[in-house]
Amino acid sequence: MEWFDDHKKLFLAALLLFVGLTVLVAIIPALKNERINQALPGAEPLSQDAIAGKYIYIANGCVGCHTQQVRNVDMDKMWGQRPSMAADYALIRRTDFWRNTATLMGTERTGPDLTNVGTRQGNKEWNLTHLFNPRILVKESVMPAYPWLFEIKKEPAQGDVVVNVPAEYLKGIDGKVVATKEALQLVAYLQSLKQAKLPDQIIAPEFLYKKAKTEATAGSDGAATEIDGAELYGIHCQACHQANGEGLPGAFPPLKGSKVVLDDNIDLYVDIIMNGYTARESEGYGPMLAVGTNANLSPEEVAAIMNHERTSWGNNAKKVTPDDVKKVLEAIKSEKK
Amino acid sequence: MEIFFDGLIVFSLAVIIFLAIWINKRVKGILKDMQNSKKDFDKEAYKNQISNMSRQQLSSLLDVLKNRKLSVLKIVILSTLFSGISNYASAQNSGSGALLSETGIIITIALLLIPIILVMALFAIRMRKLTRNYAAKNDLTRAKKFAEYLKNQPEEEIERDITGRQQSLDYSLTHKELSGNLPAQDTKGILNVKPDMGLPFVAIKKKAITRKPVDPQLSKLVLWYLICATFWLLFGTTIGEYVGIKFVAPDADHLSWLSFGRLRPVHTNSVFWGWASLGMLGLGYYVVPRVGNRPLYSYKLGWYSLYLINATVLLGSLALMDGINNGGGEYREYIWPIMLLFGIGLVLTLINFLKTIARRATKEIYISNWYIVSAIMFCLVIATVAYVPSWQNGLGETIVQGYYMHQGVGMWFMLFTLGLVYYYLPQQLNKPIYSYSLGILAFWTQILFYTLIGTHHFVFSSIPWWLQTVAIFGSVGMVIPVIAGTTNFLMTFKNGWYQLADSYTLPFFLVGTIFYFTGSMQGTAEAFRSTNLIWHFTDFTTAHSHLTMYGIISFYIWACVYTIVPRMTNNEAPQVTVGAHFWLALIGLLFYTVPLMYGATMKGKMWMEGKPFIDSVVLMAPYWLWRAIGGTLMWISHLFFAYNLYKMMPSTAKVDVGEKAIEILQSELNVAQSK
Repeated sequence: MEWFDDHKKLFLAALLLFVGLTVLVAIIPALKNERINQALPGAEPLSQDAIAGKYIYIANGCVGCHTQQVRNVDMDKMWGQRPSMAADYALIRRTDFWRNTATLMGTERTGPDLTNVGTRQGNKEWNLTHLFNPRILVKESVMPAYPWLFEIKKEPAQGDVVVNVPAEYLKGIDGKVVATKEALQLVAYLQSLKQAKLPDQIIAPEFLYKKAKTEATAGSDGAATEIDGAELYGIHCQACHQANGEGLPGAFPPLKGSKVVLDDNIDLYVDIIMNGYTARESEGYGPMLAVGTNANLSPEEVAAIMNHERTSWGNNAKKVTPDDVKKVLEAIKSEKK
Repeated sequence: MEIFFDGLIVFSLAVIIFLAIWINKRVKGILKDMQNSKKDFDKEAYKNQISNMSRQQLSSLLDVLKNRKLSVLKIVILSTLFSGISNYASAQNSGSGALLSETGIIITIALLLIPIILVMALFAIRMRKLTRNYAAKNDLTRAKKFAEYLKNQPEEEIERDITGRQQSLDYSLTHKELSGNLPAQDTKGILNVKPDMGLPFVAIKKKAITRKPVDPQLSKLVLWYLICATFWLLFGTTIGEYVGIKFVAPDADHLSWLSFGRLRPVHTNSVFWGWASLGMLGLGYYVVPRVGNRPLYSYKLGWYSLYLINATVLLGSLALMDGINNGGGEYREYIWPIMLLFGIGLVLTLINFLKTIARRATKEIYISNWYIVSAIMFCLVIATVAYVPSWQNGLGETIVQGYYMHQGVGMWFMLFTLGLVYYYLPQQLNKPIYSYSLGILAFWTQILFYTLIGTHHFVFSSIPWWLQTVAIFGSVGMVIPVIAGTTNFLMTFKNGWYQLADSYTLPFFLVGTIFYFTGSMQGTAEAFRSTNLIWHFTDFTTAHSHLTMYGIISFYIWACVYTIVPRMTNNEAPQVTVGAHFWLALIGLLFYTVPLMYGATMKGKMWMEGKPFIDSVVLMAPYWLWRAIGGTLMWISHLFFAYNLYKMMPSTAKVDVGEKAIEILQSELNVAQSK
């Protein structure tokens, strides 16, 4: 073909084909997406602190390991109550003159997804200690430590946020670990990461590729399937109360030998799991969030977790049944009314 | 897992079909033999039998015949008659169907196939024994008939036939028929007898062929591109190595500038824009003028471009370590003022190349220049789309990101490198590219399909479902350009495979080509929704990007560097260190990727089962260690590469004995003449 030998025609043809396809698959979809998607009415704009925290999140490349997208597949259920939607990202605008929009959806999940971390793990004390060195709380973690977001002070001033760090992580340095403004801002950002409630008229997209219901068929012939309490404890409780059930002195209370855990009356126990607890703040323990409610735990799952806690680390209390838990839950409900 | 089982099924079916064909052939053979053994010996059969017998057999037969009248006939004949002529009628097994998409079913079939194969194998062994018995029986009848025939023939005739046959068996050449008895005189320069150098520690490979000297200005420019590229390779992979170690030892340091999140993009960007881009451009500066038979339009522009790109990577790396980045899009971490320098550098190169091509001496534009110039144009388009803010609010940023990150890889690195291979591979094999038109087909289909596939990095995200499907479709379409390219390169190797053994550049080309095929096909496989479930977000992506950016792009660049630098400098790298570079890089890459892919598959399955997240971190620990080991080997190989490049640099001190002798004689002559 003659025009192949004409460099102007040849390269123009290649360029036009490429630009044409680019417009079709990138620019038009991007523009259309901007036009049709609006923020959900329940979505809260970030506070000033959270915005500053987001900049720190960007600067330190957190997106390299943490995604912020709950995919519409069943395995992502643990990261949010519903799959993320285009509207969830609609509020995000260009960062500033120098920097591009930071949607921060991510492509690699070396660490957990953070879409809903504000609900799941919004505890300020936990986050600060974890940022100072993740291995204080999660032994196996490979996340970097961020000690430069903290200062060491001999005598913390009034209003300083002192972070609970075991001595072995201080490498012999004398003094208290105090969170800098940046650390507090970063935690404020993490706390702000919550999935917005959908308005009633919008139905959330479904989670696809549900796990095959082998358990259901197994259960049909009478044998009740055992829910793995240890596994659920690993997902929901372990980050604070630790794998050995001993918690972290001064930050998270131990469950080993805990009165609440071992008591025959489980009313308070269930209430704490479902709705959180603040009664021991005077002892230096941080507030516990409504873990059970946030994670949508079923009575069977709560019972499994409780039984794990009641029979591990030397604990030896009577097992509870899902029905016991259900009764307490109903009692709590009626009390609230 | 599904793919594994698919493979197992295909393999099992192949085994079954093979066994069926074999048995079929065996049975046919027996039937034919039975027919044969019933026939009487005629003239033709007798002739055949004689010509099939060995020398020893013939002489003993002759003896026997001679003694026939005196004693009782005893004939022992070993038969060599049988060769079953096969008739392929394959018993096709049916087994594929729509149901195969279910993992459970695939596993069941795979498990069922194992006993079937076992039974078939046992059956085959029985059949073999049976057919052998039959064959022996047939041979015996045949031997009796042959003896009978011999008895009834006139003795002289048989004797004549046998001695005739013996003579032809005895004949052999003296090996002097063509050469004669005189010693060889090498007037055509064909012989290459090396002086005795003792036992070679490494195989001796061919030296680069000396060619017309390259314009010193051009070779200086190209060399500096390659030197800078090598610097960024060392820098970038040192960072990469350290980042890999951090997976094993997360508390290796606590400095903000060296923290994982900041260093990771320093690694990716410096090997992308520093190493691979500068390497490709340097090699491109050699190719573009060469294939048009005209010098480069402007050396100055070439130098400016080099300065600007180096400045980009230097400033970009510093900015990233200081925590200044663009918001976290993969390979888009440099902020726009820094990336702008890279853009200007590319524009200068584009102008330079286009002007050079416009002044070309050839009528056609060689295919390499299609790829190279298009890659530069497309890279500029991609970067513009990625950095212009007009369409990047909310999810728009992610749609653009998907487009950008994959076009950067496919339209910049891959397209440019393919252009280089279309020049350097035929050069090194000393033969034209197998098919020009396959190259053209690959060119247009690459543009058509590759442009579509960006969003396959965001399958199952909130990006429109149709756009994800288009991306998956495009990923499948990539099969066409990849197979076209691979075929073209491998067919260019055709009849030149023997050169592989005594060349130190061709192995690099071959590895690049193999990874081009497997790496790209793996990309297609990863794009499906079902495989995305397992592999997305895991370390599989990291392994894949190293298989491609390292296995394809880097290996090809090294191949081209080892091809071209000796031609410009007349210096070659020591073979030992080239070999060390090659093997460490290849083995390191495999240590790096294979454990990561295996671990990532386990990790994905764990996530699907809903296990606690931290369990998947614990699971990965040994595979991350393997990655660090592989990475270390790769890193050491780069030290060897840098050393090799240093050894290939032009030298002034070295004296070429022949060259110098001519010079001395010439000067003496000049002195004599001037007197």
